[in-house]
Amino acid sequence: MDNIEPKILQPEGVAPLEKAEPEIEATAARAETFEEPLTTTQEEERISIASNWTLVWWRFRKNVLAVISTVVLIFLATVVLLPDFFATMSPEKTNARLAFIPVQSIHWLDEGQLKPWVPSVEGKRDPVTLKMLWTTDETQKTYVKFFGSSWSYSVLGLFESNIHLVSGADQTQENQIFLLGTDRLGRDQWSRLAFATRISMTIGMISVIVSVVLGLLLGGISGYFGGWIDNIIQRLIELLQSLPTIPIWLALTAALPRTWSPEKVFFAITIILALRGWTTLAREVRGRFLSLREEDFVLAAELSGASQARIILKHMIPTFTSHIIATSTLAIPVMIVTETSLSFLGLGMRPPAISWGVMLQEAQNIQTLALAPWLLTPGLIVIVAVLAFNLVGDGLRDAADPYSH
Amino acid sequence: MSDGMQPLMPKAAASAKPPLLEVRHLKKYFPIYKGVLRKMVNQVRAVDDVSLFVREGETLGLVGESGCGKTTVSRCILRAIDPTSGEIQFREADGKVTDLAPLDRSELRRFRPQMQMIFQDPFGSLNPRMTIFEIVSEPLYVNGMRSKSEREDHVAELLRLVGLRTEYMARYPHAFSGGQRQRIGIARALALNPRLVVADEPVSALDVSVQAQVLNLMLDLQQKLNLTYLFVAHDLSVVKHISDRVCVMYVGKLVEMAATEELFQSPRHPYTAALMMAVPRPDPSSRDIIQDLPGEVASPANPPSGCYFHPRCQYATEVCRTQTPELREITPDHFVSCHRAEELQLAGIKVNQEQQL
Repeated sequence: MDNIEPKILQPEGVAPLEKAEPEIEATAARAETFEEPLTTTQEEERISIASNWTLVWWRFRKNVLAVISTVVLIFLATVVLLPDFFATMSPEKTNARLAFIPVQSIHWLDEGQLKPWVPSVEGKRDPVTLKMLWTTDETQKTYVKFFGSSWSYSVLGLFESNIHLVSGADQTQENQIFLLGTDRLGRDQWSRLAFATRISMTIGMISVIVSVVLGLLLGGISGYFGGWIDNIIQRLIELLQSLPTIPIWLALTAALPRTWSPEKVFFAITIILALRGWTTLAREVRGRFLSLREEDFVLAAELSGASQARIILKHMIPTFTSHIIATSTLAIPVMIVTETSLSFLGLGMRPPAISWGVMLQEAQNIQTLALAPWLLTPGLIVIVAVLAFNLVGDGLRDAADPYSH
Repeated sequence: MSDGMQPLMPKAAASAKPPLLEVRHLKKYFPIYKGVLRKMVNQVRAVDDVSLFVREGETLGLVGESGCGKTTVSRCILRAIDPTSGEIQFREADGKVTDLAPLDRSELRRFRPQMQMIFQDPFGSLNPRMTIFEIVSEPLYVNGMRSKSEREDHVAELLRLVGLRTEYMARYPHAFSGGQRQRIGIARALALNPRLVVADEPVSALDVSVQAQVLNLMLDLQQKLNLTYLFVAHDLSVVKHISDRVCVMYVGKLVEMAATEELFQSPRHPYTAALMMAVPRPDPSSRDIIQDLPGEVASPANPPSGCYFHPRCQYATEVCRTQTPELREITPDHFVSCHRAEELQLAGIKVNQEQQL
């Protein structure tokens, strides 16, 4: 895979050379050979020297939905990398007096000028029902700034920054900007969502990466070497696949000690999710190895004296890398949904860790839903993320084999 | 078969070149497993006691119906698969003869450059993820030529040799036609200067017009590079065009081996004669109905007793049903495995009749 990049760059670089050479000259130069030179246009030559990955990309970009989903995923990935940049305040900050504040939308114009602000809110308790009633006070404006500076944070542990997507214009006073409202404890939903995205997405990705590594390794061994080792691995896969997933996940996550730190729990959960995830992939990899072992080009490499490692790394794995990527992309949403469900049930990530499932715990009863429907926004993000991963995965799968048509 | 050491060398071998490759009693049985415990219930005798030899610089054609084991023979010789038993004696350039059959993977690496293969399927034999340069230069790279510019020069030379433009190096196989791909496959096979080239039906997947080009290229290269070919095919006219000598196989056994002209003109085995009958004649005035062989091709998993061909042979006698005939030399350089080879008068086909093709 490491030699892909230069090839993709090749077409523009080489094609003009082909065009510059007149056909007659080429024929004369090859008078002693018997094959007629082909007339190649620049466009045809571009296809001729297009690598597999270039062809995959050409096909993938025709799929509009998949391309849009890729943009969505790239956005989510930036949130994963820089949640602090998107947050407006600390996700942990509680304020009981500011509980269940509804969504504050940004007003863009102020007295005919472009000057974004959010109205401040005022709470009054209904004397009869004791329910908090929040009214927006349009006269009290909290001006907001985009890409302004606020509290500082470290970017991936590399350097410090204090730039935020949205922050109060006046940093001397305390700003109350709750773009997606607040929860039961008065925590800012918007900022929590940014941090939840980080945890939930990385759990999905890391468990898929662990699955892929396990699947490639065990599936590869199974398919390439065959024999008794193949038998053992296949029976193990059958055993793992016959276990009912939900009870097993529940049991395993429930067995995690309550005293563990959120980081430990995080890794334990990725492992638990990956434990079964690798089986399908291992099957697929094994099948690929079995069929590739019979391919003539593999035999040709073998006959030229190539080592087994070279045959596997240069001939077999590149042939199904695109399929592995497509399958893994389709596996991520499954992991995300599983983590969310487990956390929702209180068995996955636990507070103070923030994940989509943990946030959705807040929305477990009908009362909260009726009074504060904005607590469902994590569910919406789950849907968007899962859909995006599925659409990209589908697009990749369709594009993965450019030689199928 | 009197001489134990060289059972197949013809008596009049003094003038002929020494064999580059000699296969003795090669067997390849594939087990058939059944049931949960995977008990072996039977074996497919894909190659059942085949002995043949290839002289240096000649082309030995290997013909037979599909499923007769000719591909298995060629793959055993190249040690792409492990033979069940038998010897594969390969003579190196310095005259040293080694039996390849018992060697393992690492020991075989030394012999790999000396024997290469041209494949049947021009689409499956080139890795679609590699450029032509990568494909053709791979044998060079794995055998120690690490300098890229050196490999580039070498590949360019090889591509010129097989009649392809050197600018094609940057392209991927999907940009080529079947005939061009086969040329690339030939270039790859020649990259290491092999002495023996095993061609497994190299033209059967190509258009007829392209077949001739590729065959002529192979003949050309044989002269230029002093190559020895083992040419596996089922098309008799192709085999006749390219081969010096021809072997005929039937159900895993070698039935006849002789010089091309002799084999085609005066076959000594009834099966060979039947094959000759089946060659279509490009003459509209003689539209005879081709006489079919009665019966079915025997199953290599359950071969008949005695001579495998006897259920379909009109000349079969009692001895054919009970005893398996050995391959023996009945006239100099003409080997037949038939009990009645001497007494039968079989019709061949005229060589010049075929040349009108």
